[in-house]
Amino acid sequence: MSSDTATSTGRAPTVYVPSTEALATVLAPGKRPPRPSALAASLAFSWRALLKIKHVPEQLFDVTAFPIIMVLMFTYLFGGALADSPRDYLQFFLPGIMVTSVVMITMYTGVGLNTDIEKGVFDRFRTLPVWRPAALVGMIVGDVLRYVLAAVVILSVGLVLGFRPDGGVLGVLAGIGLLVIFSFAFSWVWTFFGLVLRSEKSVMGVSMMVLFPLTFLSNVFVDPSTMPGWLQAFVKANPITHLVSSVRAAMGGTTDASSMAWMVAWSALFIVVFGTLTMYRYNRR
Amino acid sequence: MSRRATGLAIEAAGLTRSFGETHALAGLDLAVPAGAVYGLLGPNGAGKTTAVRVLATLLRPDGGQARVFGHDVVTEADAVRARVSLTGQYASVDEDLTGTENLILLGRLLGLRKPAAQQRAEQLLAAFGLTDAAGRQVKKYSGGMRRRIDIAASILSTPDLLFLDEPTTGLDPRSRNQVWEIVRAVVAHGTTVLLTTQYLDEADKLASRIAVVDHGRVIAEGTPGELKSSVGSGTVHLRLRDAAQRPEAERLLGTTLGVPVQLEPDPVAITARVGGDGSDLDASAQAARALGELSRAGIVVDDFSLGQPSLDEVFLALTDHPAVPAEAERDDALEAAR
Repeated sequence: MSSDTATSTGRAPTVYVPSTEALATVLAPGKRPPRPSALAASLAFSWRALLKIKHVPEQLFDVTAFPIIMVLMFTYLFGGALADSPRDYLQFFLPGIMVTSVVMITMYTGVGLNTDIEKGVFDRFRTLPVWRPAALVGMIVGDVLRYVLAAVVILSVGLVLGFRPDGGVLGVLAGIGLLVIFSFAFSWVWTFFGLVLRSEKSVMGVSMMVLFPLTFLSNVFVDPSTMPGWLQAFVKANPITHLVSSVRAAMGGTTDASSMAWMVAWSALFIVVFGTLTMYRYNRR
Repeated sequence: MSRRATGLAIEAAGLTRSFGETHALAGLDLAVPAGAVYGLLGPNGAGKTTAVRVLATLLRPDGGQARVFGHDVVTEADAVRARVSLTGQYASVDEDLTGTENLILLGRLLGLRKPAAQQRAEQLLAAFGLTDAAGRQVKKYSGGMRRRIDIAASILSTPDLLFLDEPTTGLDPRSRNQVWEIVRAVVAHGTTVLLTTQYLDEADKLASRIAVVDHGRVIAEGTPGELKSSVGSGTVHLRLRDAAQRPEAERLLGTTLGVPVQLEPDPVAITARVGGDGSDLDASAQAARALGELSRAGIVVDDFSLGQPSLDEVFLALTDHPAVPAEAERDDALEAAR
């Protein structure tokens, strides 16, 4: 195999000949360093996630182009009909579409994990004596960066189109913060499906089946008071509704304490239930 | 190394593991002495990879027990993980990352600080002849380079036990030799290596003991010498000029030499196993005698070769069924073509 040789610099290619002495040096028994802390291990895996973004920047397409399309599409599709103008609608709608886009992006966590495992590199990670959830936590931390990026992209598009949040910079930051906390928690749902389901395609399929009703049957697009009673009941229980109310309030310069409490409770529930299920599957696979 | 003297690296008894209807492990027993290469030899689907995955704590057995350096692989998995390292059959490093990045990542996961991890990465890349490729993504590496970075990653913190799952499958002969050299260096350092392979000659060259695995069970175990003497250390392949003389040749070889003879699908080809238990001659002497007998009987031999028995022949001898099912063979070809 010619590619097995040194890069073509015009010199005769050198073939690798294993040298017993060189190998003996690297095999010299160093003392095993102490086992890394849970934090250090998670950080190392987050670094891996960042490197992957660096090497495969195309994967940022779904956190940039997709959110832009979402904002433009729905603002002009519904704006005239649901409010007096797209610009008025945007005041109500932007926090909602931000939540929808970012929550939809969370499903790629499951897809990514599934392909990672398919490739086999997780076999090595799972034989390392490190804190078990570190590989997954690191992966999700990398994804959180993508969530922040998507949120910022949407915010920028919104500002260009005329979104003027009453909450100012702090309110907007608080809103994005809440969204990121929820998305981090929600990602554990997808790590579970990423481990349980067989292929990338089935992970996508299940994700869409969960995400579509969850995001559309909420207060993202319209005020729930126009909906039939049974649907209102669902919308009121929907964690996305609580999240949207919290983010909307924060960006509007107020606080919706009850929604926020619900949102935090849901986030905790996702981490506890799906985090546990994920780790159970991860260990038993 | 003191651990060389300390007996067994792996003890497994009655390991079972099923995937649906497939019984990948059906009561596998294993005793691997520390400080040497131990070969698990078998065709695709024999259960080698499943066995390695169970022993490396990646998979829980349905039944049976396994200990690695005295630690149970299920209940003391972390203690096992601290002493073993696995180079799997497929990607065992991240293909999207460069060689350096992969080694730094693993170094940090093993507890090295960043500068130490960086230094260790450079050291390993140099020793494995990958310095020029250090900054390239692993997916752009050739097959031989891939295996080397896989193994470099496995000895980042030199393990007491290294699992190598089919380390040379799909490699060209030169890369294969490089891997063998590396394995020898690793063992010379005192690490125990459990190597799975489909090639008898690989197990023969590297391993000091071999277990032949079939249908999730060990069907034969011993030193390469013991194994070969039960099978016959060599195979004589003959091609006759005249197909009509084959029955005569078969009779001659079978009766005069008293060795098992096999007629090949090719009407002029005939195969005889030599150097087995029943003979006081070694393989080459037996082969020479066979040639002499044939020429005395006026049978013209166009082509002659003496080789090691193939895995197929070992299996035939041990089990009376061929080693590689047609299905697996095709998968293999696909795998190699990728």
